[in-house]
Amino acid sequence: MNPSVKSLRWIKVLVFLACLLPVARLGWKGYTHHLGANPIEVITHSTGDWILIFLLVTLAITPLRKLSGQLWMIRFRRMFGLFAFFYASLHFLTYIWLDKFFDVHEMLADVAKRRFITAGFTGFILLIPLAITSTSGWIRRLGGRRWNLLHRLIYVSAAAGVTHYIWLVKADLRKPLQYAAVLALLLGYRIAGSARARINVKNPAALRRQRVEVTEG
Amino acid sequence: MLIKKPTDIASSEVTPKQLYVNRRKFLVGAAVAGAAAATGLSLRRIASPPTVAEAKAKIDNVRKSSFSTSETITPFKDVTNYNNYYEFSTDKYEPAGLAKDFKTRPWAVTIEGLVKNKQTLDVDSIIKLAAPEERIYRHRCVEGWSIVVPWIGFPLSVLINKAEPLTKAKFVEFTTIYDPKQMPGQKVAVLEWPYVEGLRMDEAMHPLALLCFGMYGEVLANQDGAPLRIVIPWKYGFKSAKAIVKIRFTDKQPVNTWNKAAPSEYGFYSNVNPNVDHPRWSQARERRLGEFSKRPTLMFNGYAEQVASLYAGMDLRKDF
Repeated sequence: MNPSVKSLRWIKVLVFLACLLPVARLGWKGYTHHLGANPIEVITHSTGDWILIFLLVTLAITPLRKLSGQLWMIRFRRMFGLFAFFYASLHFLTYIWLDKFFDVHEMLADVAKRRFITAGFTGFILLIPLAITSTSGWIRRLGGRRWNLLHRLIYVSAAAGVTHYIWLVKADLRKPLQYAAVLALLLGYRIAGSARARINVKNPAALRRQRVEVTEG
Repeated sequence: MLIKKPTDIASSEVTPKQLYVNRRKFLVGAAVAGAAAATGLSLRRIASPPTVAEAKAKIDNVRKSSFSTSETITPFKDVTNYNNYYEFSTDKYEPAGLAKDFKTRPWAVTIEGLVKNKQTLDVDSIIKLAAPEERIYRHRCVEGWSIVVPWIGFPLSVLINKAEPLTKAKFVEFTTIYDPKQMPGQKVAVLEWPYVEGLRMDEAMHPLALLCFGMYGEVLANQDGAPLRIVIPWKYGFKSAKAIVKIRFTDKQPVNTWNKAAPSEYGFYSNVNPNVDHPRWSQARERRLGEFSKRPTLMFNGYAEQVASLYAGMDLRKDF
């Protein structure tokens, strides 16, 4: 069951607006003074959560689409990935502005000294080339294979993000470990897939099919 | 000292806090409901965190103290809705709601260990041991935020002197109540329960160390450690044990809960010190709740003049 081009466009608009709800909610609560005693902390934690959620949703598209056979799902992957980058930018901005007040010296010391900052910073930096090369033009310029290879950086970025969260909590690891479990599942699916592909090397047609599949969208 | 019940205030004279708080809640609620209906958002998510404010019994005849700071007091609403109280929840916005029905009476405190007068005291008899004082203290959390709170209590030394510790006693250990039925956070092994904290005897006897049962002119809020806690203003907040049921005198340095959980991060002393970082974050600055910019953290949380001598000759990097 593939939705028509027209309905897909409408679904895209709706999904786009839905993805903006977390930031709209923060804005509204901030405006009405409902962000609690420590608004900056709430903004930091909330944007941080949404980065991980969007990264995991992005990573879930390929498995879901393969398992369900709903190929059109791929049309949403770029949007989710870009929203992960959008929330990462907000998260990064709250850090450099509201936490460090643009003190470059202190930030560099942080990145070098605090491993949770190092991890988070790495995760963010790795998303930048992915966001830049997310356009169809860049896919063409790089070629599907190279583009795919580059965009595997999302695995590293998501792992860095989850590690960042695990390393920053004081004692309650429950939430970061939930993210870690979902990520492990999604990466595990890919590892299993590539193991299958290696077995299929003797069957070039199957391998070709697999390659073509990942470059779509 | 006289502790009045809320019903002692004639309703004809003033609008009870409970009522106007509820009225405000209703107005905010109506606005939220309207907006939520318009945007199709879930009401619960939008309205959270809920702010809880309850009328508590007033404490009368409270003396002022020269130890009080003249800095701006943090709003009651913030101090009672932003609590690190893992016995209830690891989410700072949740203890306010979860502690609402916490039973603070009857409440017994056991005094044991190396003391002449081992005994179990009712909290109401402890509160009557001395005249209540208001101490407006800075309170600095190890996480990097701070508040200014008008606590009510009297020096911890009053209770210690009454217990008459033996000369062998070098430390005091405080244990928080263990009651998972009332404290849902204790059903999770995030920390080892019950919560234990400790002080060296000279720290506990210091005039700044407060045995606390009130705040903002009222009885202590449940989410802030009712019915009885200590407040040690020159140390990170977690050193100030809440809802105390046991005070034990010992010759060995107690192992406090956070030290047990992460020995390299939380020491026994845990004095506020901008020069010694938490291994994972800097302690040089703090965010005072309600302020936009961060302010520099002061040595011993600004109480260096009074307490620095307690640590003369010690390497505070080693004994963090």
